[in-house]
Amino acid sequence: MTDTLIQYITVFVLAAFVGFEVISKVPTILHTPLMSGSNAIHGIILVGAMAVAARANGPVEIVLGLAAVILAAINVVGGFVVTDRMLEMFKARRPGGGAE
Amino acid sequence: MRHALLASSGLTLSQGIALLYLLAAVLFILGLKQLSSPKGARRGNWIAAVGMLIAVAASVPKLHATTTGIVLIAVGTVVGVVVGAVSARRVKMTAMPQMVAAFNGVGGGAAALVSTMEYQRLVATGGQGVVFVFTVVFSVVVGSVSFAGSVVAFSKLQELMTGIPITYAGQKVVNGAVVLAILGIAVYLIGFGTSVPVLAVLLVIALLLGVGFVLPIGGADMPVVISLLNAFTGLAVASSGFVLGNTVLIVGGTLVGAAGTLLTMLMSEAMGRSLSNILFAAVGKVVAGAGGAGEAGEAKPVRSGTPDDVGVLLAYSRKVIIVPGYGLAVAQAQHAARELANALEKRGVEVEYAIHPVAGRMPGHMNVLLAEADVPYDQLKEMDEINDEFKSADVALVVGANDVVNPAARTAPDSPIYGMPILAADDAKNIVFLKRSLRPGFAGIDNELMYDQKTIMLFGDAKDSLTKLAVAVKAA
Repeated sequence: MTDTLIQYITVFVLAAFVGFEVISKVPTILHTPLMSGSNAIHGIILVGAMAVAARANGPVEIVLGLAAVILAAINVVGGFVVTDRMLEMFKARRPGGGAE
Repeated sequence: MRHALLASSGLTLSQGIALLYLLAAVLFILGLKQLSSPKGARRGNWIAAVGMLIAVAASVPKLHATTTGIVLIAVGTVVGVVVGAVSARRVKMTAMPQMVAAFNGVGGGAAALVSTMEYQRLVATGGQGVVFVFTVVFSVVVGSVSFAGSVVAFSKLQELMTGIPITYAGQKVVNGAVVLAILGIAVYLIGFGTSVPVLAVLLVIALLLGVGFVLPIGGADMPVVISLLNAFTGLAVASSGFVLGNTVLIVGGTLVGAAGTLLTMLMSEAMGRSLSNILFAAVGKVVAGAGGAGEAGEAKPVRSGTPDDVGVLLAYSRKVIIVPGYGLAVAQAQHAARELANALEKRGVEVEYAIHPVAGRMPGHMNVLLAEADVPYDQLKEMDEINDEFKSADVALVVGANDVVNPAARTAPDSPIYGMPILAADDAKNIVFLKRSLRPGFAGIDNELMYDQKTIMLFGDAKDSLTKLAVAVKAA
């Protein structure tokens, strides 16, 4: 086992604990937005997709690399935008009181 | 410019990037934390988005992209941004769950592709350890399952295919065989051979598993499945992080994997069911077929009313509690409900909405839908808040809900929903069900409350019935 691998495993284990702890008490009303927001965060795969697309070589790699970048970018942008739309609604109703 | 800045601070390029990745990771954690509290949720989403921007920008200087690579990245990013932003902007609030499923699926697909490509590149140059191959295999399998499972979840919710659980004889055997095949290939790749085509075969079989895994799960349980697949994609991304040796992928993916797993458990808890029951029991099909309760129910008499009858009842009530459910979401009847409530309030009737934690198509979904229809915040009451108020309500108006008011959850230990917390609609002086038919809810269980003396059934489409009721109330 290399030192780098040990470092990665350390990061992995600590991140897993943080992930569990950070959302310990979520009101049900926020379940959907939280799912959607965390969904956007795994769009970080875009960084990986860019890395493999950067050195794509030959038709198969070009197609796969392009597909990976497109899919990852959809994940990131769609994820954050759709979450914002949901949460915007929660905010809008407060001052509203009675819209009519 | 960046390089000059780094040089003056005594950092190498790689160290600078690593620090920016750390900053991004911190922003992800802060974002998640804020997302789980009502006050800061929207800000939390933006904090995480800023973290994402920093991470993506920081990765650029070390891409060493060829010209082809630059074009691929530019074109891919533009296409992805446009597709993602436009579909997220255009989607209707009622279609939100399947949109989340779609965005989740593409992430899983991307993770599988990234690891496949990295494997192929390193096979060419030789020299990869057991851990490397293990993480490749893991992200390819889990990413593909998430992708294919999300496609099925999307299709079910979008009604491109039936939302009823699809089961067939020997289904578990077939799924088990697929799992075994995956394990076999995984062991081969990790321990014995190096082959890109075999990895490609593995990817395809994992797609089959994703489909087979979600097919037997009913539409109403889909939110929990989407949440689980969300956690899967997170883990696939973390695993791709190991493959590429990229810490920000490991942190981002693992955070979602862990938070998503916890959220999945919270969701199934709110439904009063275990995760394994949701995933493997094919609820909505098996129970309806096996119980025989359905047929016994058909024979029992129910009291059905006309919109005019019910309209008068509502108009002369002092207090009406609306219980919105899955059916209201499906019929997109939230605006019609709001109009009925307006008409009642004009007559001085007190109106409140009782929101069950799992009402709608996802936990919290009903709140979003009603907020969209401009229902005032203070009229939305959570279950614990409102349950005592049913006693003083003249009418509990149940719109497209069933299981969340089924007393069997309190009284029948053999019922699949036994133990699920329910709304005490049965305490109201009158109960009105707006339903298409006597067909049981998604759990496939008969609801005693529909045959109660004080219950009136108003059959028809929820939106249509609510509109008619509003007219009747205004005329009364």
